[in-house]
Amino acid sequence: MDHVVIDRVTKTFGAFKALDRVTLRIRKGSIHAILGENGAGKTTLMNVLYGLYQPDEGTIRIDGRPVAIHSPKDAIALGIGMIHQHFMLVSSLTVAENVVLGLGGQGPSLDLRAHARRIAELSRDFGFEVDPTAPVWRLPMGMRQRVEILKALYRDAAILILDEPTSVLAPGEIERFLVGLRRLRDGGYTILFITHKLEEVMAVADRVTVMRNGAVTAEDETAATDRRRLARLMVGREVVFELEERHGEPGAVVLEAEGLVAENDRGLRALDDLSLNLRTGEILGIAGVDGNGQSELAEVIAGLRPLQAGRIRIHGRDISNLDVRQRRTVAGIGFVPEDRQGTGLVLDYGAPENLILHAFDRKPVARLGILNFGLINRRAAELVRKYDVRLRDLRQPVRLLSGGNQQKLILAREIEAAPAILVVLQPCKGLDVGAIEFVQNTLLGQRARGMATLYVSTELEHVLAVADRIAVMYRGRITGILDRGDATPERLGLLMAGSDANAA
Amino acid sequence: MMAILVRVLVLFRTVWAVGLALLVGSVLIAAVGADPLAAYGALFGGAFLDYWGFASTLVKTSPILLAALAVVVPLRAGLFNIGGEGQIYLGALFATAAALYLPELPGPVHIAVCALAGMAGGALWALFPGYLKAYHGINEVIVTLLMNYVAINLVSYMVSGPMMEEGAPYPYSPEIGPHLFLPLLLPQSDAHIGALIGLVFALGLYAAFRYTSFGFALDTVGRSPGAARYAGIAVRRQMLLAMALGGALAGLAGTFEILGLKYRLFHLFSAGYGFDGIVVAFMAAASPILVPLAALFLGGLKAGAQIMQRAVGVESTVVDAIQGLVVIFVAAGLALRIQDSRLGAALRRRRQAEAALAKPEA
Repeated sequence: MDHVVIDRVTKTFGAFKALDRVTLRIRKGSIHAILGENGAGKTTLMNVLYGLYQPDEGTIRIDGRPVAIHSPKDAIALGIGMIHQHFMLVSSLTVAENVVLGLGGQGPSLDLRAHARRIAELSRDFGFEVDPTAPVWRLPMGMRQRVEILKALYRDAAILILDEPTSVLAPGEIERFLVGLRRLRDGGYTILFITHKLEEVMAVADRVTVMRNGAVTAEDETAATDRRRLARLMVGREVVFELEERHGEPGAVVLEAEGLVAENDRGLRALDDLSLNLRTGEILGIAGVDGNGQSELAEVIAGLRPLQAGRIRIHGRDISNLDVRQRRTVAGIGFVPEDRQGTGLVLDYGAPENLILHAFDRKPVARLGILNFGLINRRAAELVRKYDVRLRDLRQPVRLLSGGNQQKLILAREIEAAPAILVVLQPCKGLDVGAIEFVQNTLLGQRARGMATLYVSTELEHVLAVADRIAVMYRGRITGILDRGDATPERLGLLMAGSDANAA
Repeated sequence: MMAILVRVLVLFRTVWAVGLALLVGSVLIAAVGADPLAAYGALFGGAFLDYWGFASTLVKTSPILLAALAVVVPLRAGLFNIGGEGQIYLGALFATAAALYLPELPGPVHIAVCALAGMAGGALWALFPGYLKAYHGINEVIVTLLMNYVAINLVSYMVSGPMMEEGAPYPYSPEIGPHLFLPLLLPQSDAHIGALIGLVFALGLYAAFRYTSFGFALDTVGRSPGAARYAGIAVRRQMLLAMALGGALAGLAGTFEILGLKYRLFHLFSAGYGFDGIVVAFMAAASPILVPLAALFLGGLKAGAQIMQRAVGVESTVVDAIQGLVVIFVAAGLALRIQDSRLGAALRRRRQAEAALAKPEA
């Protein structure tokens, strides 16, 4: 029987139709995935269901009864719980305190211990293994997510909305998260699972609704559909999963890193005597579970993190003492950072300003300290076209662009500087299928032209899609380097868990 | 186009706030038994339409305008400079010292030397909190604020001790030489060229933020310290530079008070112009091009207050109340959409700056 029915709901913002007569039927006690690219309207729809937006037209029925949801308070009263993509937790408080925070119906005194006991029971029922007395800041992301879910369960939610729940999790955590999700379903909960990852839909959902441009393009039983069909419905055209094999011709060694030692932000050793080589026309993938020193490696090469010991050479020349800027201009290192919004771009600036971020005080962009906006805007228009960045106006702040378009801007800037090596850190994180395809094809295209790329990603599938060789990092060291031909997920998995190459 | 529209809306928001403040102010005026229209007529007529009154407006505009720019420049780099008042005092102290104790030079050269000394004094006073912020993460709001009192008391000590004129009944320094008196804008009045020079600086800064790589670097640091670091901009150095530049402008404000108006250093000579500068900077939404307009308005309000008092017998303190109301309504206007406003962006910048400074230096 249908637990939740969303019936022809329409929502417009100004002239923009975010939702166009969207209809959804969600069975009781099932996992229902909502699949779509960024900007397809998934989150808007969920915000309507959670009372954050009011629909212009259409109705919502719960257990067959039409309901009006004017605020999250109404939603909670109707048994709807929402787990946002970005957690809403107070990190200095304990798990129990976070769960109880804002809970209605409490008397003048709060028996936190009794609450903690009940939370512990609830956690045990679903195998969450959350300690109610632990402060939240000490918990890994996967645990924090479970706290969010506990918050909803503790408020007697029967319908759980999860907005892109896996985007913040490490690969190991995702598997456990999916197990927990199934357990919740078996416990009779109705789960709405918003995602743009096809694998997760296939792995866990009972039914899937595909959205594109604010409208539903299909509603399928997962058992009766396949990845290719879903991808086509989501993107609106055929998606080639096998990327074009333009084989690289690895040439001379460009980058030699030797005995690198560095600390992370907390002052702990993140790189522990790490060495590697990179050749022209090669993509070297760096795989590993998040937090094993991958981002520190990339930052050390880009010059954003001090090196405690070791040497980095480019074309035989030691660049260890060059600063960020010299590494770019003298050594020819390009860098695509993981944090697009805080590091890669200045969100208040438009595309032209962002495209000159590294050249703003050099010829030809600036002469005698005066910026040449004629040239800057011309060049920006050209690059926006060449890299297919979708924007309404060049001067539009890049804050308003989608993640994929932001990444295209960064790639345009870095690649057009014609670097000798490009260090790419988690370039596809949070991007939709179409944008991932674009990023990977761009990198493959550059490889064909002889560029050396260091491709760091925690998503094995992405690494396998582009890399010629794959190095696995574990606790600041490289536990093994495999040619792509030899790199099975099993062998990589062993290396990621810390076994050395011989055992793998 | 969009940017211009937003700018106009922001400007109008300030105009609305000012209008509302005047409206509430008229209630106050009516409460003391005067006709609000007549009072405002006297106030603004006196401040802007009367030769002597306008001269008085310009006199007050000069320090307010420069002090506002001293807030705007660091604000663009993500720092709050609340120390304009102290920097004005230090600027005046240095300029007076250069005027009194250097061997006499030809007039214009000596004026320039005094101005440079004053700017150096203000810059020095701002560099210290800038350094603590950039290299040790110490909150610049508190340090700049508290250093105001140090500066005010330092000047009081100097003019009642080492620099005091012999036999003076009151703490002040000897008078500077007449060759150092600033040229006048309006003959026979007090209106010196300070306001004009402030205007030139405002236009220069507007151009610098819009068209030069210097301004681009500063704005980038303010908008995204993380991206600035990645772009190879020395974030800490830019923060120091922004503070020093702000301090120098406030120091210049102090210098002009001495060379243009008082001709000697008094203790407690500045009537809180440094704080007026903060008000103006926010009225102008951190845009250098709007600063002169807002400064002129506030200068006029202050100058007109006395005229109003004489003309219709309303206490000039009513104007202080109106100024307070302007601040409240401007702040309320900003709070309406704080996330989209420049103040919201500035607050965001501050948080990002803290985060960037927490990272180790490469």
